Amino acid sequence: MTIDEIKIGGLGASRSRVEDNRFVRGKGNYIDDISLPGMLHMEILRSPLAHARIKSIDASAAWAIPGVRLVLTGELMASRNLAWMPTLSYDTQAVLATDKVRFQGQEVACVVADDPYIAKDACEAIIVDYEPLAAIVNPTQAMADGAPIIRDDKENQHDNVIFDWEIGDKDGTDRAFADADVVSELELHYPRSHPSPIETCGSIADFDRSTSKLTLYMTSQAPHIIRAAVAMVAELPEHMIRVVSPDLGGGFGNKVPIYPGYVVSILASILLERPVKWIEDKTGNLISTGFGRDIYLRGQLALRKDGKILGVRMHADSDHGAFFSDAQPSKFKIGLLHSAFACYDIPAAHLTARGVYTNKAPGGVAYRCSFRVTEAMFFQERMVQAAADDLGIDQAEIRRLNFVRDDDFPHRTPFGFLTDSGQYRKCLDIGLEAIGYEDFLKEKQEAKKNGRLLGIGISTMTEPLGAGNSREYDILGIKMFDSAELRVHMTGKAILRTGAKSQGQGHETTWAQIVAHELGIPAEDIVVEEGDTDTAPFGMGTYASRSTPVAGAAVSMVSRKIRAKARKIAAHLLEVSEEDIDWELGRFFVRSSPDTGVTIQECAMAAYSNVPDGMEPGLENNAYYDPPNLTWPFGCYITTVEVDPETGVWDVLKVVAVDDCGVRINPMIVEGQIMGGLAEAYAISSMQMITFDEQGNCVGSNYMDYLLPTAWETPGFELHEVVTPCPHHPIGAKGVGECATVGGPAAFVNAVLDALKDTGVRNIDMPLLPDRVYEALTEHHDVSGAPPLRTGS
Amino acid sequence: MYPPRFKYEAPDTVEQAIELLRQGQGEAKVLAGGQSLVPMMKLRFAAPEMLIDINNIPGLAYHGADPDGTYRIGALCRHVDLEKAEDLAEQQPTMAAAAPLIADPIVRTRGTLVGSVCHADPQGDWASVMSSLGGSIVAQGPNGRRSILVADFVAGPFQNVLRPDELAIEAVVPAPVGTRAGSYLKLERRVGDYATVGVAVSLEFSGNEVARAGIGLTSVGASTINAGEAAQELVGDDLNAGAIERAADLAAQASRPRTDHRGSEAYKRHIVATFVTRILSNLRLTIQEVA
Ligand SMILES: Cc1cc2nc3c(=O)[nH]c(=O)nc-3n(C[C@H](O)[C@H](O)[C@H](O)COP(=O)(O)OP(=O)(O)OC[C@H]3O[C@@H](n4cnc5c(N)ncnc54)[C@H](O)[C@@H]3O)c2cc1C
Repeated sequence: MTIDEIKIGGLGASRSRVEDNRFVRGKGNYIDDISLPGMLHMEILRSPLAHARIKSIDASAAWAIPGVRLVLTGELMASRNLAWMPTLSYDTQAVLATDKVRFQGQEVACVVADDPYIAKDACEAIIVDYEPLAAIVNPTQAMADGAPIIRDDKENQHDNVIFDWEIGDKDGTDRAFADADVVSELELHYPRSHPSPIETCGSIADFDRSTSKLTLYMTSQAPHIIRAAVAMVAELPEHMIRVVSPDLGGGFGNKVPIYPGYVVSILASILLERPVKWIEDKTGNLISTGFGRDIYLRGQLALRKDGKILGVRMHADSDHGAFFSDAQPSKFKIGLLHSAFACYDIPAAHLTARGVYTNKAPGGVAYRCSFRVTEAMFFQERMVQAAADDLGIDQAEIRRLNFVRDDDFPHRTPFGFLTDSGQYRKCLDIGLEAIGYEDFLKEKQEAKKNGRLLGIGISTMTEPLGAGNSREYDILGIKMFDSAELRVHMTGKAILRTGAKSQGQGHETTWAQIVAHELGIPAEDIVVEEGDTDTAPFGMGTYASRSTPVAGAAVSMVSRKIRAKARKIAAHLLEVSEEDIDWELGRFFVRSSPDTGVTIQECAMAAYSNVPDGMEPGLENNAYYDPPNLTWPFGCYITTVEVDPETGVWDVLKVVAVDDCGVRINPMIVEGQIMGGLAEAYAISSMQMITFDEQGNCVGSNYMDYLLPTAWETPGFELHEVVTPCPHHPIGAKGVGECATVGGPAAFVNAVLDALKDTGVRNIDMPLLPDRVYEALTEHHDVSGAPPLRTGS
Repeated sequence: MYPPRFKYEAPDTVEQAIELLRQGQGEAKVLAGGQSLVPMMKLRFAAPEMLIDINNIPGLAYHGADPDGTYRIGALCRHVDLEKAEDLAEQQPTMAAAAPLIADPIVRTRGTLVGSVCHADPQGDWASVMSSLGGSIVAQGPNGRRSILVADFVAGPFQNVLRPDELAIEAVVPAPVGTRAGSYLKLERRVGDYATVGVAVSLEFSGNEVARAGIGLTSVGASTINAGEAAQELVGDDLNAGAIERAADLAAQASRPRTDHRGSEAYKRHIVATFVTRILSNLRLTIQEVA
């Protein structure tokens, strides 16, 4: 009688992804697949210069091209009060430039035409007269005396500084350093990267004058936030805006913000009363939309001789580009950078941060992480390795010595976060065992005798995933909860909608499994829908590994509400009182007579055909879930490498990952997420780079130079798991989508630096391209790279 | 992709193609595999008025050796044809080493060797390989055919010496004067990446003595570099350590790399020397094993 939960695709079932049925058949429905009657096409003219005053724009030749319907410039936008828009970080951003261009690739004008070819031709016909200005491409230049002021549009802006911010206990930290036996230092740059989803940004704005309704099809990770923002910026009534996010070809944080293309296409549709499609090209995506990282970090650890960490000092100089439009939901100026060192028991810490404007693309996003957590954990793990080397102690041992102990939860981190669960040592031990730590150390010594350079790198970290809670996290004041709505039909099949938005995470599969777990309805009987703001309940979208912690919890909670109602119906059907019945997966039964029972499907039928007197018919409900805390998964990543001393090329020998993300809903999907994260970690550490030359030209503006690793060069990964359930999540799950991207890079970099240990080199900045490794190896110095970097001579 | 407007022609014969080229008066472009031309058009770096697609012309997809050992590669022979050719390692070891290193499998199924040499990208691998082999391009125009050494054919970055009305018909590697040996090494940041540095070394042995040598360098100058002096250092001698070292030094000197995001000038020179040394030392080992 008892249902096998795995068989119905419940918790722990590695069921195949439902969405793959259409994806592998080429039947996914992406933004560019949508074609509306009468649709026009928009193309953006971008600035070729990083910093220049616009003297004039002559669009007459563009207007003259047959098929051109509209040319939009900053002037036209300004006449509608839309030349500038507010950012998610309470700054302003130019929609179309009016006074100056402030980064290469900035939106200068748009053409709407009958087809995209004409639109592109017309963009080329627009003549813009620029007066070039000196470009600023890094924080040092931005803060230099006499640096040109990038944001001269802002009244009270007399330099290029956006904020100065601090957190932690300065005095306590000073005392810890006074007591230290040894102080270790490290300085590094986490380079600018790009989330680079394969599908670029795009939208179709369809304003219907007859209904006054705007339908906006777009590639958004957070459709409801877009609706709210459009209502505020474009001053359209919220109920007259429908945002539809179809299938997304990846997001990785890139598709959270609002970009100028969306705003202009909306205005164009309103002016022309025709649907207007805008599909960004790859270069446009890489050079103008939300990047990740670009932060200079330096810090110190106060250490006791035995390796115990007494205190931490950190300073960050972050490069935000031309507009402060970080898409981050925290009240903290530098995101969650202060989540650094959360897995270690450290008495005192202090962090200062300064953000600056530069002539680079704006819109820092949380590229596959909670905002700035990747930088935090990278710095933490590089710093811990440097400390181990300085003290001459084993890199595994120093971690073990400083880990928060299993019985020490809940634990307050030195910067004030509350971690709640974990088994850090166990994860590390499993990782060391899997990599063959002791044997490798011997092998490394042997190899050295033959001139071969082997290295091993460890990275261990716990990170805050799944914003909110609503006390500390919001976007434009909207609290970081999420929601789910479940409607069980009379035959026991169901439709579930959430405010999240899958972009490869497999929500259609996983959410149904949560319902199956809570209600015993087979997962295949549940259809999942997301992304249409007219039908889905309000939610904050999918990023920061928040879907399972927040929306997933809401799915549990709404299922439980349904179960509570079904219980009343069951009591009615079984003619006993509610207190006398018990629940097992998929079925209520009379406690005293377990063979007498009704299934959830029978309850569903009764909800529409035989409800008790006084009960509302139907079986549907919704839940809004505001998590009490973030979730704190743990990851341990260990990598071994061999460095070729003649060329600086390094090969990965083995990668081991031990992840504790609490209870795994669909283990196969979890493993996919971890492998994807490790691939990105490998990419960031070895090859990816968006950098700039002295003039502010973007190097890395296409896939020939912005390198995505393929199956050819990506190493294999060996995965292990530990399960420490999240104490506050309804089913004990923690976020996992980003752990490996966050924790992974340090494992690769630490391994290469371990191979170079005898050279005295403390740092090589990512990406660890062979030439940098070779330079460090042969010249025995750090290779740290602020752009402009290695530009032509 | 949204290139500017262009005319498209797909002739069935070489003669028609040449006639169309003549009509194009320098504004027409031949489309072979399209793996260089199409990306350029997409980026609007190239905006030909007419594309002359030669893919319908039969009889240009060949590759193989004549009875005397002359090796011919037709204008529609794809990279993948060479990669998969079983006898290539024996007949043309340098080409066999390079073929699987060109781009990625997707590009290799369409792109052509002749197209690559015509494209004259300093980062193209085939031009250095052909240059090291002393190969030529056979061009056909209204007045017949002529043969041009690859070293002369590549006139500069993205420039060849074809006349506007000439079609490249085939690439030819002359018959060897001895036993062939050679290899190609490429430093790339990722599979499918263009070379940071590429080195082609082709030798012909008569007994233990090097009878002919060629060294071609990829990505270390404004165009493909033929390191003739370095190669000459090897001729008339067995492959001894001293000769290898001198050749490596001379090749590094012949290179004209620029510092960029892939590496510094000094690093690239160092890689040239390292790769020349690696290839030659390996060849020396194999020869000693055979002997
Ligand atoms: C992602 C990617 C990665 C790549 N990586 C590499 C790499 O690592 N190494 C490398 O060497 N190459 C690389 N390439 C280029 C590739 O090898 C091309 O196939 C090759 O350079 C051009 O050959 P094609 O047949 O595609 O020529 P096309 O693109 O069709 O033509 C190229 C040029 O040559 C002219 N042309 C072609 N054939 C003839 C002819 N018969 N007569 C006269 N003119 C002609 C064309 O008019 C055009 O100007 C890469 C390409 C891509 C897209």
